[in-house]
Amino acid sequence: MSTLATSALGRLGRVRRARAASPALTGDPIPPRLAVGTIVLWLGLVVLLPLAAVATRSFDDGLAGFWASVSSRQAVDALRFTLLVSLLVAAIQAVMGTVVAWVLVRDSFRGKAFVNTIIDLPFALPTIVAGLTLLALYGPRSPIGVNVSFTQASVALALLFVTLPFVVRSVQPVLIELDREMEQAAASLGAGPATIFRRIVLPNLAPAVLSGAALAFARAVGEFGSLILISGNIPFQTQVASVFVFKQLESDNLRGASAVSVVLLALSLLVLLGLRLLERWGTRHAR
Amino acid sequence: MRAETLTRIGLRTIALGYLGLLLAFPVGYILYETFAPGVGAVWDSVTTPAAISAFWLTLTVTAIAVPLNTVLGVLTALSLVRGRLGRSRARPLIEAVLDLPFAVSPVVVGLALVLVYGRTGWFGDELATAGIQVIFSLPGMVIATVFVCLPFVAREVMPVLREIGDEQEQAAATLGATRWQAFRRITVPSIRWGIAYGVVLSTARAVGEFGAVSVVSGKIGGETITLPLLVEQRYQNFDLAGAYAASALLAVLALGTLLALTLVNPRKDH
Amino acid sequence: MANGCGGASDSKAATPAGATSGGGSLSLVAYSTPQVVYDELIPAFGATAAGRGVAVKTSFGASGDQSRAVDAGQKADVVSFSIEPDMTRLQDAGVVSDFRTISTSQVAFIVRKGNPKKIRGWDDLLANGVEVVTPNPFTSGAAKWNLLGAYAHGGLPYTEKLLTEHVKVQDKSGREALQTFTAGTGDVLLSYAYEGVTAQKKGADVDVVIPDDTLRIDILIARTKDAGPEADAFIDYATGPAGQKFFAGWGYDPPAGPRKPAPKLRTIEDLGGWKKLNADLFDPETGSIAKIEEAAGVSTAK
Repeated sequence: MSTLATSALGRLGRVRRARAASPALTGDPIPPRLAVGTIVLWLGLVVLLPLAAVATRSFDDGLAGFWASVSSRQAVDALRFTLLVSLLVAAIQAVMGTVVAWVLVRDSFRGKAFVNTIIDLPFALPTIVAGLTLLALYGPRSPIGVNVSFTQASVALALLFVTLPFVVRSVQPVLIELDREMEQAAASLGAGPATIFRRIVLPNLAPAVLSGAALAFARAVGEFGSLILISGNIPFQTQVASVFVFKQLESDNLRGASAVSVVLLALSLLVLLGLRLLERWGTRHAR
Repeated sequence: MRAETLTRIGLRTIALGYLGLLLAFPVGYILYETFAPGVGAVWDSVTTPAAISAFWLTLTVTAIAVPLNTVLGVLTALSLVRGRLGRSRARPLIEAVLDLPFAVSPVVVGLALVLVYGRTGWFGDELATAGIQVIFSLPGMVIATVFVCLPFVAREVMPVLREIGDEQEQAAATLGATRWQAFRRITVPSIRWGIAYGVVLSTARAVGEFGAVSVVSGKIGGETITLPLLVEQRYQNFDLAGAYAASALLAVLALGTLLALTLVNPRKDH
Repeated sequence: MANGCGGASDSKAATPAGATSGGGSLSLVAYSTPQVVYDELIPAFGATAAGRGVAVKTSFGASGDQSRAVDAGQKADVVSFSIEPDMTRLQDAGVVSDFRTISTSQVAFIVRKGNPKKIRGWDDLLANGVEVVTPNPFTSGAAKWNLLGAYAHGGLPYTEKLLTEHVKVQDKSGREALQTFTAGTGDVLLSYAYEGVTAQKKGADVDVVIPDDTLRIDILIARTKDAGPEADAFIDYATGPAGQKFFAGWGYDPPAGPRKPAPKLRTIEDLGGWKKLNADLFDPETGSIAKIEEAAGVSTAK
């Protein structure tokens, strides 16, 4: 139970354990073949076909051409920087997102409902507005004198903004469902709060935290709009892979753009597949 | 006891501080900067013909993309959890494909759609013969928006379906209900919060989509410029105040959809 | 929604032109900076005999993006781009046959009001501590003109020194670079001379310095092959005295050449022509500028 979806679940209140669905009768509301056909058509036309077109382009000049495009120093550096900063951001969100979720679930203070609502704001704000917003407060015209524009920190800042909701919304429903009895039992046996957290709460939260962090990573890897204003796009310093792809596109280097995009996509697909497998492992070993 | 209180306050400070620095202050500052010239100026800025047309275009694209995505998302969720797709070997792959739009850079989305539906793309000749304009026109913008909103509804509905099981539908079936009746009268009501949250998230995302739409819109004044594209155009044309005003409108729309969910379902957390 | 006054106008003051149907339609796809000019020019065109009743749709964006969009199928009757490769792309695709110049300008330095760092010529840019702002040449047509200006002055060695030691930030477009500059970054911005005038008109505190030796910038316009007679009428109007008045108001120079040319003004032909230069310098994987960018990593990487 570790997708960001389960906040809906939490709101349903008490939840029954799933029992195996019986075949056929309750699955598809319309004839199964029609359902599958429609779904495949939809996913195909909207997602797979366009992405396949990109992949095809990247091999325009064969494997050698593909390799040439992704092994240039700038491409490698952009990919490396993107990976590192996305991992860092995912790690920070894993920690801070859990803290925020904890405070939202276990604490209570005035304005908590408001805080809970604005967590989703980064989902909703256009990336360019996010970029303008951060640039206004933490850029050259900053009213508080903080200027991180054109530094690697600005990239991390923008990515932290856009990935904020993932871990929080992933952990929240699990925390809500968590049975406090075990913690209370441990406390009555003399365990300190840190121990309780480490030994009882954390193992239960771990799949949710990982899931949210993985989503944050995937999102960070592809981010473009919020970075382009504040980062300065300096090659070998603040240039991320998506900006590099953009540069290739703008110079009509479709092969190069497609090749680096394919690498990015493959990486994200790996992470997401891993996430799905982790979820299944998590639910199979559920408490 | 005191240690516990200290921990609690400490955590609260850290959490609120983090949220403040990252989220509240920047957004609050922008809102402040936006309304500094006065509400009248902001109102003028969001009621120019360009802004009004952008507003309606954004709503139109959203009004087409979100229902489409919702229907197909529910269908996909059902099939993956209980139906034919759920039993197929390709299930993890389909689920990963469903998640892919989270990770695809908007730059790539635009490129991909042009490669397929553009003049020299895979379907270019067929579309030209049929006289249909997909990209640089509304259909292309809808496709790009559907792409980025793809995961939301399905991902919200699937866990709910898994948890609640299907005993009720089975009971209904033994009482003679058809697939469709069981679906309409039992399934849908039981997953309505999942659908609602998914719809809210995809609406918010659709309204705010910038990158992918930017490539496929054609930016035709009065026709294919959405609100986010208007923000960029105003920023480029030295109209920072206007860019902020349009951003504020977007933020209001976004907050509005989020609030709608809270009002509709007050039991967000215990 | 308002369809007859240069697309939907983005100001309260503008009144929609009374464009009735039955006069034909025109789609203008242009690069971004002259939007301010066309916002004034199009209604005036609508008031002429040739333009009466013509419904004009406009689209503005980065020159390369717009050119690629038309290549990929965006409907256009009149196109206008800031660099020749964006036009020749459409020629090669069979969308456009010939083109002409609609405006000119010069590669110029935009400095802070009063020119505190006393920047007069290209060599001043290499002085100690001078920070130069110019967009990224792989995403911006304006940047290509800027670097060609640098190249015209001192060849590759000069351009390399400029890029590696004095240019830190790489915005993706000329306008964004201008915004970065006006927000306080850098000492001098390389840009079209007319951008400085536009910036001043919009309230920026800047001065425009034209160095003694610089490059002439040619802005191009063309009709597409499938366009109707309104396209020719529009281009005639825009390149004629009435249309040029609007361009002049925003700092653009006439097609024949700048009104106040630099003493040593070179043209792109003097340097070898766009085709050769675009391939030699700006090819994203083998061009000289690309190689300079690659090498820059060595000197600036920590």
